[in-house]
Amino acid sequence: MRLINIKPSRMTQLLLALLPFVLLVVAYGIGSAARLAANPSDKLLPALGAITDAVNRLAFLPDPRTGEYTLWSDTLASLGRLFAALGISTAIALVVGMLVGMIPYLRALLAPFLAAISMVPPLALLPILFIALGLGETSKITLIVIGVAPIMIRDLVLRVLELPREMIVKAETLGGTSWQIGLRVVLPQILPRLITSLRLQLGPAWLFLIAAEAISADSGLGYRIFLVRRYLSMDVIFPYVIWITLLAVLTNLLLDWLRIRIFPWSELGKGT
Amino acid sequence: MIEVDNVWKEYGDQIVLERVSLTIADRAFVALVGPSGCGKTTFLKLLLGDERPSQGTIRLDGKLLAPEPGPDRGVVFQRYSVFPHLTVLGNVLLGKEFSASRIAARLGGATRRAAIEEARALIAEVGLTGSEEKYPAQLSGGMQQRLALAQALIMKPRVLLLDEPFGALDPGIRADIHVLMKRLWNETNLTVVMVTHDMREAFTLATRVVAFERPRNAPAERDRYGASLSQDISVWPPRVAGGGDPDTLTLSPDRDDPIHPTGPSRDDPAHPA
Repeated sequence: MRLINIKPSRMTQLLLALLPFVLLVVAYGIGSAARLAANPSDKLLPALGAITDAVNRLAFLPDPRTGEYTLWSDTLASLGRLFAALGISTAIALVVGMLVGMIPYLRALLAPFLAAISMVPPLALLPILFIALGLGETSKITLIVIGVAPIMIRDLVLRVLELPREMIVKAETLGGTSWQIGLRVVLPQILPRLITSLRLQLGPAWLFLIAAEAISADSGLGYRIFLVRRYLSMDVIFPYVIWITLLAVLTNLLLDWLRIRIFPWSELGKGT
Repeated sequence: MIEVDNVWKEYGDQIVLERVSLTIADRAFVALVGPSGCGKTTFLKLLLGDERPSQGTIRLDGKLLAPEPGPDRGVVFQRYSVFPHLTVLGNVLLGKEFSASRIAARLGGATRRAAIEEARALIAEVGLTGSEEKYPAQLSGGMQQRLALAQALIMKPRVLLLDEPFGALDPGIRADIHVLMKRLWNETNLTVVMVTHDMREAFTLATRVVAFERPRNAPAERDRYGASLSQDISVWPPRVAGGGDPDTLTLSPDRDDPIHPTGPSRDDPAHPA
């Protein structure tokens, strides 16, 4: 039988999916053991036990100085910034994306501008933001919005333009005004795409968040990583990186689940 | 009555249609036929208001056609005629919601119940009873086109424009929907203009078949000479909407159907009844 026709069973699929994760942990364990055998005070690849201890200390024991549970207060600070920024970006993208996609005059006015703006590297703007908006939350949230919103807007504009012309004409023959067609025909059809667009921007959003936190913050997951970097505390950095990844993966899954729950029809057309 | 007077359509340097004049009587069923690229779909878009003539005028009941599509002209395309995010019932209701609620475009209470009543009747009319809560992606191609018809008809348009509406359907399904189409045309106050590339479909359904053709089609001449009307055939025996022998009208056999053993549908009088 050809390789392209051999399909794994569900059980095999699950095992295969887990395999790379297991291999990564095993490889780390071996590497860590080898280095610790050569030098017991090695900090680069701490033993799994040391990592568990660090997680225990950060997540389940209050910090002796502040009385806070460090991991949770960092997570709260970071997610607050991230979700505020993603919320603002989504709202901007929805309004601007729909208007530019639907109204030819606005498209002529804004499409080239948006195309140029979305090419500005957001991190290069970070100093300006810190100078103009201060070192507080505003500048961090603004950085993420600047990094994420233009791409989401352009994605939505494309999606609006992809709607078949026939469909819009049909809505016009049913007597719809521009507003009504926007509300009942265009909006519901681009909302699923907005969610997908948001999912795809989770990665960049985290990137900008951590960059901003690394430079100026007093809490947050990115702040912690760059703080303990000074002490080579890999036992803290590794679990933080895994935790951030986990948060991003869960948000991603949650958003996709929401899309299918709220817009069941958006899953039906696939594959036809 | 639709009056098309000396219409030309050009895209830049390319002339697509030239010298098209046509008068379509009320309640006629006109089939536009012709080879591909001869501008019959462009002509339909002109009637729809989606494109504007470069020269000439189109009048509907004596008034110049609005330069954009409107509720007086319903349309069914070959694809994308229904909204994938609405159920069958939602698709049919949409026109009602547009006209009754300017801002929210949604209905509530008694008006909604009345509109649902009307929509259900129309859904039953096109044979989709039982599928009201399904999404278009869950319907077959034939059912989607039935839905598109119901959706257009709820606006009670004066003119129904069909752009190869049944071209993508299997022959059996197509024969069924032809019977439905004839019945709808016969029972509602509709003038129908249909683009088709299927001659048999044209002569099965229409009262009048109009052919578009490019008189000059050499490669060097293609851009500078558009298509115009080359044939205008009234179908025999004449079909009259809302009148005539309903048997002849709705049940005259298609080429693949069993032939009537006797009666006026036979076109070979050598066989006595």
